[in-house]
Amino acid sequence: MLLQRRFEERCAEAYAIGKIGGFCHLYIGQEAVSTGTMSVLRPDDYVITAYRDHGLALTRGMTPREVMAELFGRAAGCSGGKGGSMHLFDSKLNFLGGHGIVGGHLPIATGVGFAISYRGGDQVCVCFFGEAAVNIGAFHEALNMASLWNLPVVFIIENNRYGMGTAISRSTAQQDVVKRAAAYAMIGTSVDGQDVYAVHDEMAAAVERARKEHRPTLVEVRTTRFMGHSMSDAASGTYRSKEELDESMARDPIQLLKKKMIADGTLTEEQFAKLDEEAKAASQDSWDFADASPEPSPEELFTHVLNDEPTGNAAGYAEAGR
Amino acid sequence: MTVMTYRDALNQALREELKRDESVFLMGEEVAEYNGAYKVSRGLLDEFGPKRIVDTPITELGFAGVGVGAAMVGLRPIIEFMTWNFALLALDQVVNAAAKMSYMSNGQFPMPMVFRGPNGSALQLAAQHSQAWDSWLAHIPGLKVVSPGTPADAKGLLKAAIRDNNPVVVLEGEMLYNTKGEVDENPDLIVPIGKAELKREGEHCTIVTFGKMVLVALQAADQLAKQGVNVDVVDLRTVRPMDVDAIANSVAKTNRAVVVEEGWEVCGIGAQVVDYIQRECFDDLDAPVVRVHQADVPMPYAKNLEKLAKPDAAKVIAAVKRVMYLGD
Repeated sequence: MLLQRRFEERCAEAYAIGKIGGFCHLYIGQEAVSTGTMSVLRPDDYVITAYRDHGLALTRGMTPREVMAELFGRAAGCSGGKGGSMHLFDSKLNFLGGHGIVGGHLPIATGVGFAISYRGGDQVCVCFFGEAAVNIGAFHEALNMASLWNLPVVFIIENNRYGMGTAISRSTAQQDVVKRAAAYAMIGTSVDGQDVYAVHDEMAAAVERARKEHRPTLVEVRTTRFMGHSMSDAASGTYRSKEELDESMARDPIQLLKKKMIADGTLTEEQFAKLDEEAKAASQDSWDFADASPEPSPEELFTHVLNDEPTGNAAGYAEAGR
Repeated sequence: MTVMTYRDALNQALREELKRDESVFLMGEEVAEYNGAYKVSRGLLDEFGPKRIVDTPITELGFAGVGVGAAMVGLRPIIEFMTWNFALLALDQVVNAAAKMSYMSNGQFPMPMVFRGPNGSALQLAAQHSQAWDSWLAHIPGLKVVSPGTPADAKGLLKAAIRDNNPVVVLEGEMLYNTKGEVDENPDLIVPIGKAELKREGEHCTIVTFGKMVLVALQAADQLAKQGVNVDVVDLRTVRPMDVDAIANSVAKTNRAVVVEEGWEVCGIGAQVVDYIQRECFDDLDAPVVRVHQADVPMPYAKNLEKLAKPDAAKVIAAVKRVMYLGD
């Protein structure tokens, strides 16, 4: 959790000085969701998410170096510099991306569940998305089929109460989003997303249900992003008041965990400080690595468009001007 | 060689490839118990069972995405759209997911899958059910798009599409399902994606076409021959990637070209063909290239208006005469 926090603080810094381009959506404030969920998964399970994916990639096991290199648009990045912030992929970790269209990856998660079932496997696919995605058709289509066909998928609503700048009260008729599960004859549960132990326990149950009973679950994780939607908007002051944000930030998942661990004697202030230093050092190292890494070579422009030998454009022309 | 319908040729391709590879499955609306809305999947449920022949709810975006997810983790889905008109709802999965997954992931997640179904107009189905989507789909890097016009090409291209390690769009002609032709029953035979075929040879003019319009072009060619005009009919078969050499070789020989497509004019496949011709054959041309296509209107229902809107042999003949500077 500390690594995610420190890493993304450096992302914000890198974005501000133009080292990172495009869209960049930070996960700060939601770290207990990724950590709690990943802690119950097996290496052969599958993970898929939307564009707020840095924290999930790191907790799944990607190195800070390959994530930062991707954000810097470098060849050593986890997607070769072709994906960027929103499209982190790692086939070795069964990390199926980083997807940029709200709700678009939910049917894909159902498809992964279908494939698991097709092969008679006991893996699970966990699929993260924001609460705003419950209003898009893909959500409905994906959950219906997952339940209809008894697929091992856990659908995780990271409910931070804002779809970009639109509060849930302005977008969603049934704000108790987990009630949607009933429409698909699916079990739905809610959990405090700032408490990593609570997330762990809830996900353990949902993953177990998927693995043993082949039943999907809709889990609402109530959380808060401490930053803006992306690097383009302020954390508060426009669509969200400072008072509301301050109140939410009082429940920082890292501080809550720290307090609990110190109280039960599993952590000391000194150990925390050391962990924090390590997280900062790993983040600095990832920056240094990314900054020193070469950009993708120009030949990479045409590779992997198709899973064939690169042939230039559709007519086989190597460049547009022939 | 056996004479069979385009429908049976597709059915045979599906059956052979399902037999050949356990990771291949067919999914779509009414593909299983109903035996296919157009009976292309007839008998497959009985032979392969409900695990591999999968009926879906009416949920095009959803099941297209299911195919993408299954392909991401190593299966080889065949996603059937009852018609490509309905597939418009699934374009996010076809364009934003299937076509881009390999590139965005730097090759970590190839997409060995097929999207297939009937394309183009039938008879008096009116505006929402009578559309040819070739140019929309051919626009997208990361897809291959085939549009077979004969039973042999339908079988060979569908088999090639299923074996391909990329997302391949197969545009079947709704009005072609009942047409007949000779088909080689050798299960190892495929038609390579990206290769055109010269369906008829002549020296006076080139007709470049694909899909349902192949039959229209051949009809026109027959009638033109009676008037002493002999044409090359270049059947592209694949519209992405396009066989530019086949087009250029023919036009270099005939010095004139007509491009025939079922879809609309603006930004159509024909526009792309004309661009290749001007790039490759600028000094060969004796006349501007003429295009034949659907009228620039949504398809009307009334029989007489529908006929006016559609490209047909008479319009192709008129176009050939125009590029040859012949009067009626």
